[in-house]
Amino acid sequence: MEQKTLFFILAAMAVISALMTITRKNPLSGALSLIMTFISLAGLYFMSSAPFVGVLQVLVYAGAIMVLVIFVVMLLNLPEGELEEERIPPRRWVLAFFSLVPLGFLCIAQILSTDMKAVDSLGPNFGSVKSVGRLMFGDYLLQFEMVSILLLIAIVGAVVMAKKKL
Amino acid sequence: MDGFGWLFLKAAVPWLLLLQMIPVMIFLERKGSAFIADRVGPNRAFVPGLGLRLAGMVHNLTDVVKLLTKEEFVPNHANRRLYIFAPMLALFISLVVGMVIPLTPKMTIFGESYQIQALDADLGILILLAVSSIGVYAVTLAGWASNNKYSLMGAMRATAQMISYELSMGLAVVGLFMVYGTPNLGEMVEIQGGSFLAILPRWGIFLQPIGFLLFLIAGFAETNRTPFDMAEGESEIVGFHVEYGGVKFALFFMAEYIHMVVVAMVLSTCFFGGYQVPWVSPETLADPENAALLSKGILFGTMIAGILVGLRLLKWHGKNRLLWRDSRKNEGLVLSVLMGFGPALAALLIYMLWGGELSTTLGSTIGGLVGLATLMAKTLFFCWLFVWVRWTLPRFRYDQLMALGWKILVPLGLVNILLTGILIKMDIW
Repeated sequence: MEQKTLFFILAAMAVISALMTITRKNPLSGALSLIMTFISLAGLYFMSSAPFVGVLQVLVYAGAIMVLVIFVVMLLNLPEGELEEERIPPRRWVLAFFSLVPLGFLCIAQILSTDMKAVDSLGPNFGSVKSVGRLMFGDYLLQFEMVSILLLIAIVGAVVMAKKKL
Repeated sequence: MDGFGWLFLKAAVPWLLLLQMIPVMIFLERKGSAFIADRVGPNRAFVPGLGLRLAGMVHNLTDVVKLLTKEEFVPNHANRRLYIFAPMLALFISLVVGMVIPLTPKMTIFGESYQIQALDADLGILILLAVSSIGVYAVTLAGWASNNKYSLMGAMRATAQMISYELSMGLAVVGLFMVYGTPNLGEMVEIQGGSFLAILPRWGIFLQPIGFLLFLIAGFAETNRTPFDMAEGESEIVGFHVEYGGVKFALFFMAEYIHMVVVAMVLSTCFFGGYQVPWVSPETLADPENAALLSKGILFGTMIAGILVGLRLLKWHGKNRLLWRDSRKNEGLVLSVLMGFGPALAALLIYMLWGGELSTTLGSTIGGLVGLATLMAKTLFFCWLFVWVRWTLPRFRYDQLMALGWKILVPLGLVNILLTGILIKMDIW
């Protein structure tokens, strides 16, 4: 019962703050709502026996990446009214309708076809640091190394772009 | 034991403990700075009637009155909601961070086993890092919401510093995981109860000396204390809280002090054995016979120390009495009763009334209290270290700070991880 209440609170928080992210006019409010979304998602991860992923979500996304986003927003610091009033032309509404309806159908179909009964217990160590580490550095070592090379390339690219004289 | 009430109680103990450390820290800072600068420090404010000055501790009360009665204002063009929210967030985060620290060993009372720790999380120190990384927003938002370019610049510098040093703190923590094999703070402390190289206690500082150094430096930077107090830097720029006054400024102030206490607690938990008394295991302390001996020792110690302190204060009273015309002349007398003869008498009464069955009633709680006292002693040492460094070392320049963080501490952290891995493979630890 407690679990269910907690789930609905977190889910509502996630949905509302995600909606705020795209509807707020002030860019900073949008970024702050996005942080709120990340934190509520982290709570959901905690509830689905993935505490390590939840902690990383807060530590990396909410705590580090969003700081950079906020930095940019703050340094630009657009005064009220500086942003152009955005008008949505009718054809965009039509396009949005045609792209969102199939997606909505897929979501609803998925929800209806899901068997809503309690999942078997996942075992005490599921999602702990140890088991995630075992998986990452054991079964998925190759993929892990590939991702790290990808990130290294991204870092090198950023340095090349930022530095005028190499 | 579980349920909402129990959970509340478990969170209330560390919460109160952290809050009551604020006046202690302010006292320590003022008297410590006075001691280092060869001054007397605060000594004027007193409680009317009793004349208690408590070496300047009463100044905290006057501070509270001052901060509470100041005008509450919000600057023009400030983002009102965020301006008020930022100091609240700062205090909230620093209080929440303290919740994962185990304050006592497991105790048994009335047949129930319990431990004073609000959240016994498996991810322990990772949760601590995650929550404190959210604390950066308090600084950033405060600087931005006050709508002042100087506070914005101060906030930018402080934020950049905090996220840079979070990295080296994380690397230091990785070394700890490798040595202890767990991120759970409770388990970490239990492991540190053993011995290392036959004579040393198995403390983190002996297993991870480089990691300790990294964590200490990063801790100073995270709390925005000198030599890393870019956030304030009175002489060069103004900090992120220029536009704050009254209670809202007090909240930032309290958050900083609590943050210091928490970092000191984490340092003593991860690197100095937490609640473990060196060379004595918690089981030894919890043993009924030892507990009886211990409780008697504490009572007799209080009696003897109380009488000695009381006599010393009475002697001081003879001199102090002649200095004042107002109620301050009573201070020595009141103090000698409050801090000397009073506790001695209380200890005597407790011994006479329950002396025999005290240890059987309290059980292993006595060992737990000794553990708490040990942790607090270690924490106070690190709190003093914060004050000591602040009043003796000059501040870093901003580029030096960034160079230290990225070019020295991060590589050092990586080397530390490699070295730890090699030593573990060689079975030295």
